[in-house]
Amino acid sequence: MLKIENLHVEIKGREILHGISLEVPDGEVHALLGPNGSGKSTLLMAAMGFSGYAVTKGRVLLDGKDITHIPINERARAGLGIAFQRPPIVKGIKTKHLVAICMNNGKIPGQDTSMRKDVEILAEDMHCRPFLDRELNSGLSGGEMKRSELMQLLAQDPRMVLLDEPESGVDIENIALLGKAINRLLGRNPEPNGKESLKEKRIQRRRSALIITHTGHILNYLFSDRGYVMIDGYIACEGNPRELLGTVEKYGYKECLKCVV
Amino acid sequence: MVITGNTSEKHCPMKAISMIFQMVTSYGRYRAPIRCFLFRPCLYMSEEGSVQQVHNIVVAENGSDLNVLTGCTSGSSSGTHLGNSEFYVKKGATLHFTMIHAWGEEVETLPRTAVIVEEGGTFISDYISMQPGKKIKMYPAAYLKGPGATARFNSVLVGLPGTLVDIGSKVYLQAEGTRAEVISRTVSLGGEIIARGRLVGEVPGVKAHLECKGLLLHPEGKILAIPELEGRAVDLEMTHEAAVGKIDKEEVEYLMARGMSKEDAISAIVRGFLNVEILGLPAKLKQDLDEIVSESNKAS
Ligand SMILES: Nc1ncnc2c1ncn2[C@@H]1O[C@H](COP(=O)(O)OP(=O)(O)OP(=O)(O)O)[C@@H](O)[C@H]1O
Ligand SMILES: [Mg+2]
Repeated sequence: MLKIENLHVEIKGREILHGISLEVPDGEVHALLGPNGSGKSTLLMAAMGFSGYAVTKGRVLLDGKDITHIPINERARAGLGIAFQRPPIVKGIKTKHLVAICMNNGKIPGQDTSMRKDVEILAEDMHCRPFLDRELNSGLSGGEMKRSELMQLLAQDPRMVLLDEPESGVDIENIALLGKAINRLLGRNPEPNGKESLKEKRIQRRRSALIITHTGHILNYLFSDRGYVMIDGYIACEGNPRELLGTVEKYGYKECLKCVV
Repeated sequence: MVITGNTSEKHCPMKAISMIFQMVTSYGRYRAPIRCFLFRPCLYMSEEGSVQQVHNIVVAENGSDLNVLTGCTSGSSSGTHLGNSEFYVKKGATLHFTMIHAWGEEVETLPRTAVIVEEGGTFISDYISMQPGKKIKMYPAAYLKGPGATARFNSVLVGLPGTLVDIGSKVYLQAEGTRAEVISRTVSLGGEIIARGRLVGEVPGVKAHLECKGLLLHPEGKILAIPELEGRAVDLEMTHEAAVGKIDKEEVEYLMARGMSKEDAISAIVRGFLNVEILGLPAKLKQDLDEIVSESNKAS
């Protein structure tokens, strides 16, 4: 699904990522760990194509197609979606309007009442009703911001999602809510319906995610397939995400430093 | 409700009439007028380079509630429009004045306006300049003479290439408990805009706020924000906020990550910035303004 090949990324002329390679196959969830400032968000932002993140070498591929130099909205149309760590406040645009636009494949919808209803139902599910009429991200608490990001992604319905610390600053109850939402986003936890076996359903699932997490709490709600530890712009280690988390918890990231060439 | 219109359309003032008609019909849906009459439906400049002079006197009697809607438009003819307006808001009355300017390329507009608000009266001015013509200069002044009088000026100014917009509002707070709010939103698409504002607090305890915010969308554009506060008494609360900037790339890209095209994202942000929603404009006018915004950002 998403393949990153030897990616070098500069911010304001300083190289932050020094040759990152990883692959998230169809249907898999990968976790990205690493200390503050190691370059995790930079990797997601560069993969999405944000202009402050200059790719100087390497490639980003989505379904085998090189997307390294296409505009952000074309990546979104191709099925890539992102939940931001710190989304910007956009004055004068209401949250509900952007959700409707997400549902409408990025186009400004007409006076479609059924869509308005869908937006409200989704907001209800995501506990976002109270700020649907507020300006985008204006005055949202940490947890509300995360729910709002996921609500927008659910409306957008991407096939490959990049989630930047979806659970940081979120209380326990709301982590459960976010976990459920991410599973919904990825088409996971299907209920038996008598037609297909759950095994068949599992084989059919195609949606993938790359999730940045510090605590791993979100991984209690969805099964992850692989994990990476990023140190100073390098991938120091990869393997079973639970095992990696356990090691980091026990010995800290300083042990990972040894593995950075 | 009073509807007025000025036009410099040379031969046929139809455009102005239809614009005003749209305003009347759609406006009625927002605020049901108690009495609605067409007052001087249009005035037009009959010759190129002519000078149009009008003098308006509007009085809102004690306790009355009056809406005045003025639309000024023209074709491409040249000329000068000089308007003098006097507004008297008597005790407890409310006068809501909405003016929309969409002048032809060569027209110069130099209106002068003064407002006197008596005790407990409210004066509200909503002004939109979509096409400023060659030059428009105005600096209306409101004198809050009676205790508890209020004035609110909202302006939305769009500066197209080759135009000069020099607009502001002055409020003199001269009595106890008076309040004023002056808010302008300007967007330069290549034109020069001077956004002025002046609040004068003459007695203790008055409150007023001034806000000039500008977006520069074109490298040739120019915005000069001049907010002025003058305190002549103790215990005043007068504040101002001024900002001139460009569109935040991060915001545009955030919207693009949700699938919006760059043009749509910019238009949405500009529209949000102009904040025309609060003016409660008729749908047709909002649509016209939207079109100007979308058109112009294709060029930028
Ligand atoms: N806009 C920017 N300007 C300058 N430096 C930046 C900018 N954005 C990120 N950086 C730098 O790039 C490095 C990596 O930052 P990044 O945000 O990717 O870290 P992170 O791993 O996501 O950290 P955290 O866990 O704190 O979110 C840091 O040294 C940071 O200061
Ligand atoms: Mg980060």
